[in-house]
Amino acid sequence: MKGIITVLGKDSVGIIAKICTYMSDRNVNVLDIAQTIVEGYFNMMMVVDLSESSEPLASMASALETLGRDIGVVVKLQHEDIFNAIHRI
Amino acid sequence: MISINEVRETIQMISEANLDVRTITMGISLLDCADSNYEAFCGKVYDKIVRKAERLARVGDDISKEYGVPVVNKRVSVTPIAIAAAGCKCDDYIEVARTLDRAAGEIGVNFVGGFSALVQKGITPEDRKLMDSIPPALAETERVCSSVNVASTRSGINVDAVNSVARIIKDLSALTRARDSIGCTKFVVFCNAVADNPFMAGAFHGTEEGDAAINVGVSGPGVVKRALESVRGADFETVCETVKRTAFKITRVGQLVAQEAARRLRVPFGVIDLSLAPTPTVGDSVAEILREMGLEHAGAPGTTAAIAILNDSVKKGGVMASSYVGGLSGAFIPVSEDNGMIEAIRAGALSIEKLEAMTCVCSVGLDMVAIPGLTPLETLSGIILDEMAIGMINNKTTAVRIIPVAGKDVGDRAEFGGLMGAAPIIAANGFKCADFVRRGGRIPAPIHSFRN
Repeated sequence: MKGIITVLGKDSVGIIAKICTYMSDRNVNVLDIAQTIVEGYFNMMMVVDLSESSEPLASMASALETLGRDIGVVVKLQHEDIFNAIHRI
Repeated sequence: MISINEVRETIQMISEANLDVRTITMGISLLDCADSNYEAFCGKVYDKIVRKAERLARVGDDISKEYGVPVVNKRVSVTPIAIAAAGCKCDDYIEVARTLDRAAGEIGVNFVGGFSALVQKGITPEDRKLMDSIPPALAETERVCSSVNVASTRSGINVDAVNSVARIIKDLSALTRARDSIGCTKFVVFCNAVADNPFMAGAFHGTEEGDAAINVGVSGPGVVKRALESVRGADFETVCETVKRTAFKITRVGQLVAQEAARRLRVPFGVIDLSLAPTPTVGDSVAEILREMGLEHAGAPGTTAAIAILNDSVKKGGVMASSYVGGLSGAFIPVSEDNGMIEAIRAGALSIEKLEAMTCVCSVGLDMVAIPGLTPLETLSGIILDEMAIGMINNKTTAVRIIPVAGKDVGDRAEFGGLMGAAPIIAANGFKCADFVRRGGRIPAPIHSFRN
């Protein structure tokens, strides 16, 4: 099972580091990262492998939301199927 | 692999354009609860609902968190009580309503539908008992919704039943006077009612259904409006194509959520209801889509054409996105739940007659329309009859959820709160129709119902 993490907000030092640390502590492997910065706004997408993770998706999604709020960005973790459903036939 | 732009588009649809799954509704059959002992029947009903749907709210919340898409309502619909409770020895069905209300409270769902009767052709003593119980039952309970089907294309219109439901609406209005006649918001009159509708207040679990089913209502007027903003001034082909593509995406989300909910609850997936259902939230309005199409307000000339192409395009986009489509499937135009509709009424652009015209081409009918409390009983019957005739002749579902607000008049405002919203009170046509509706009896089925 794969998840998609998105981060949106003002760019600052250590955003990716904090999220990656959180994920590695829960045995979640990062498969791919894409990012753009538009007018100082940081826009990142991370594909992660949740099959071996030590925590359920829903609780990690809540925790990442809180983590994001602490560093002033919006972080979401969603099951990849929601994107596949909308964009792939 | 999904691209960063696709991910961003999805997140914007949810966070900025209010994309959500409006309801996961579990339909539950109560036919196996039959018992001549009234108390025993109520006990079985309570147990069955709690047993079947105890995880419904939690599963809905879990899916919402994991996929990052709001699942706004979790609801239950049951076999029409006039059928399920027909074997009970009792004087009225108010205790069943109390039982449904308690069960809904226990499992944490906000509405339970099915305090209903199907009387399009005839009224059994049990149907009559149920209809008599509706005003006190809905006045007393919070979460119970009720409907009566009084007409169909196959059977015609039962005018005696129309006159009875007009009386029910009047009684509900009086009994819940202190709360702007809120009781009427939980009661719908139908022509061609459908058995797998997930939306309230008209949901019930038809007798042709299985023991239980998961039906999902999708939404997303905000997403459609946002998409149309990007094609301003383009021709109708482009408008229709844009709505179709958007409806496809919205429905795919519904399909995903429905399948996942069905799997986790171990209940068969029933249907997706392809409806654009507005809420009082700004940016979640069907009327705003009509404005984006180029109308000053909903109700302006062109409104019926606009809602027709919107409705048709939503269906065309949606059917391909789901394996089973059913329910009401069309654009809803509930006045009090749609900010753009409220503005249209305030501006004087929208009347009951224009709303009626719109219901010829979209689901579902005169919905959440507040009229003066002193509107005569016969006028209510006349309004209902007109709407039923539209449904019967056009072979579609139509409904009336109208609120004569006790103690209030044109220009006043009724406040229902929450999802039900608020509505400015509009005038009902004052010319008399009493001699017409009092004829009673049945209007025969139309010629095109004979298809065999």
